[in-house]
Amino acid sequence: MTVLEINGLCKSFGGLQASQSVTLTVPQGGITSLIGPNGAGKTTLFALITGFHTPDSGSVRFLGEDITGLPPEAIAKRGMIRTFQTVQPFAGQTVRENIAVGAHLKIRGRAEALAKAEAVARQVGLGDRLDMDAASLTVAGRKRLEVARALATDPKLILFDEVLAGLNPSEIRDVIPVIHAIRDEGVTILLIEHVMQAVMSLSDYTWVLNQGAIIAEGPPKDVVSDPHVIEAYLGKGMAERIAKREAASA
Amino acid sequence: MPDSAIIIPSVLNGLTTGGLYALVALGLTLIYGVLHIINFAHGALLMLGLYAVYFLNVQFGIDPYVALLIVPPAMFALGYALQRGIIGRASHGRDENILLVTLGLSIIIENLSLFFFRSDTRTVDTPYSFDVIEIFGAFLPYPKVVAFIGALVTAALLWLLMSRTDLGRAIRALAKERKGAQLVGINADHVFAMSFGLGIACLGVAACLLLPSYYVNPQVGGGFVLIAFTIVVLGGMGSFVGALIGGLIIGVVEALGGLFLGESLGQIGIFLIFILVLIFRPTGLFGAKA
Amino acid sequence: MKTDTKLLMLIVVFGLIALAPLLITQESLLNIVIMTLYAALLGQAWNILGGYGGQVSFGHAAYFGTGAYTVAVLQVQFGINPWIGLAAGGLAAAAVGAFIGLCTFRYGLRGSYFALVTLAFAEVLRILSNSVDFTGAGVGLLIPLERSAANFQFLTKAGFFWVIWAMTLAAFLTVWKIGNSRFGAQLMAVRDNEDAARALGVNAFRVKMGAIMLSGFFSGLAGVFYAQYFLYLDPYIAYGAAISVESLLVPIIGGMGTLFGPLLGAAFLHGLSELSRAVIGDAPGISLVLYGVLLVIMVLFVPRGLAGLASHLRSGKRAVSQAEGGNDRA
Repeated sequence: MTVLEINGLCKSFGGLQASQSVTLTVPQGGITSLIGPNGAGKTTLFALITGFHTPDSGSVRFLGEDITGLPPEAIAKRGMIRTFQTVQPFAGQTVRENIAVGAHLKIRGRAEALAKAEAVARQVGLGDRLDMDAASLTVAGRKRLEVARALATDPKLILFDEVLAGLNPSEIRDVIPVIHAIRDEGVTILLIEHVMQAVMSLSDYTWVLNQGAIIAEGPPKDVVSDPHVIEAYLGKGMAERIAKREAASA
Repeated sequence: MPDSAIIIPSVLNGLTTGGLYALVALGLTLIYGVLHIINFAHGALLMLGLYAVYFLNVQFGIDPYVALLIVPPAMFALGYALQRGIIGRASHGRDENILLVTLGLSIIIENLSLFFFRSDTRTVDTPYSFDVIEIFGAFLPYPKVVAFIGALVTAALLWLLMSRTDLGRAIRALAKERKGAQLVGINADHVFAMSFGLGIACLGVAACLLLPSYYVNPQVGGGFVLIAFTIVVLGGMGSFVGALIGGLIIGVVEALGGLFLGESLGQIGIFLIFILVLIFRPTGLFGAKA
Repeated sequence: MKTDTKLLMLIVVFGLIALAPLLITQESLLNIVIMTLYAALLGQAWNILGGYGGQVSFGHAAYFGTGAYTVAVLQVQFGINPWIGLAAGGLAAAAVGAFIGLCTFRYGLRGSYFALVTLAFAEVLRILSNSVDFTGAGVGLLIPLERSAANFQFLTKAGFFWVIWAMTLAAFLTVWKIGNSRFGAQLMAVRDNEDAARALGVNAFRVKMGAIMLSGFFSGLAGVFYAQYFLYLDPYIAYGAAISVESLLVPIIGGMGTLFGPLLGAAFLHGLSELSRAVIGDAPGISLVLYGVLLVIMVLFVPRGLAGLASHLRSGKRAVSQAEGGNDRA
């Protein structure tokens, strides 16, 4: 079954075509990724899907329902939650309070929401920092907080915007199991990612965006070795080097 | 329905008042355009300028127009010091904090004036206070016509300063690209304070041109604050031409509003314009900046 | 501080304040307590929108004046009992809040622009009340003296004390509840980061509308109290800048977005103005100069207000130990 279905989505800002008739689908369960070079329009696409921008044309269907042009909060209520590339904690509030904002989407009572926040915090490895001011978390801690807030809403689909960017390799190693655990609970995940090896190890299927348009799709292994993708994504010459490395390791 | 014999003088009168308003608004729009802050103490500082002109006249017999040589430089220094010492340190990343600090300053200035100068309304006597000039059958007070011309000259001087001098270039660079300007060696704190000082110096000019046809008391600034904001918003934040045209429009709106709705209700048009423009066209009629 | 502890403290504090009419026999001293509670009510009303909602208003006189004029006009022009006017005043003020909220939040006005537009609305109302007949225009409105509790005009100050005590307590309990509810959590989330809040399903517009209406309601109650206490209104009293300034000054000095901030701020401001009166005498403007200086100092150096300062000192040690132990495990 298809969770998310995007059809011919277009958006331009002034003269810049940020999204050119993007069509992609995300199947239920599992992790789908969206990659592309800087400025390819990945974050814009997320903003279009989640209602932060209104598309000029095209449609977004979520769980079979047309949600094109709905405001962000209405889309979130239907079970699609995004995170932000630049983490956006509610500064001055504690980690517990931050996560509870997410929990309140489905839970009215304060005590229940706080309890849920605590449970989710433990799940993502923030259990020891519940009463800390969110503003004093490290970058890695804030990334976990983004994940936790999204997770606390009991979403059906989470859109992660570069959740691993800015982390060092050992931090990435710590966060990847958290994402796997979320998938294992049955939450569908669509992630934008820069970190190549993370995409390889995390996702089942990949879409490649370049200059606002989809240029390739497929299992990550195939896509990543596609010379067109490599050239668009990493620049000329990289295709050869990677091919050599593959040959050497084979 | 009043006929054209009443409307035309009223419009001309409104235009000259509008020139005065534009003069007050020029400083505000300069400060906004460069520092992206809203100076709520603008009215209080104008009042301070008016008192300076008043006392120079009463104590030393200096004509308000001669005071143009003294008051604007003094106001410039005051503005520079305020920005460097207080306002520039207040934001903590939220622009409302600037608004609050300048509100605090205006409370301080107004009430100190009340304490020292008492609440009496004062005017100056000049030989030309009651002279009139006849234009299209309308008798316009001479000081208001001078002020109108003064507004045009001040706007032109500001434009020259911004486009032809090193300071102007530094100010524009800083307004456009804060980080980049700092990288090429522009001292941001100094240039910001210079800009603020210039904006307040404009108030000094306004005070000199205003007093011969107006009055001063500790509350006089309050009436100008929202009017000046309205002009700045209408003309587009940071635009000199916008401030001039906006000032004239507001002057005419006020004059006609007073004519058709009566003195007290007439002012309502200004505030309604303010609200509507901010809601529907926050970039102003002539501005492009968001 | 845990929320239950806060509620307990709130009850204790208001319990202690309730002793005032029993202990204070001098009417002028009781008047100071009454005016302090009244300022705390004004400040707490502003605090709902400005402190918890992050929407700094420069025009709370719009709600105060509407509450005050509603009770006065209903009485003078229609002979309606002021106790009914009390409810009507609060609701009318909330309705004005809803209107201003619709005009501003619908179009995404924030920050300084929101502040200036609220000021302009208050000015429009001032000019209107100065121009129409049923408010008495510029002459103002005198509420006829008929001292009786049934008429919301008490024979002693103690009667007024209990009314303002109850109103202020209601406002503080409401704010306590806000700090302990989904609505409050969402309101503070919108204050701290509107985009992030919306991404988590918070309807920012609706939450802000709720805040501005509640805020307007309690400001309106303060206006009703003012009208009944002084029995006179004019456009400058009702819709002038002084009320708007007092409304924001109290919580900014006491601590925006904190439950007890407005009470601290009100007590501090009234203590200060009494002190300045004792030291300097009744010079015009001097206590306002002090207010202005305080506002500048608070925004510059103590942005979290007296309450923030207190909790900072109290938790200083804990915060340090948390920062040390809170390093990421990675």
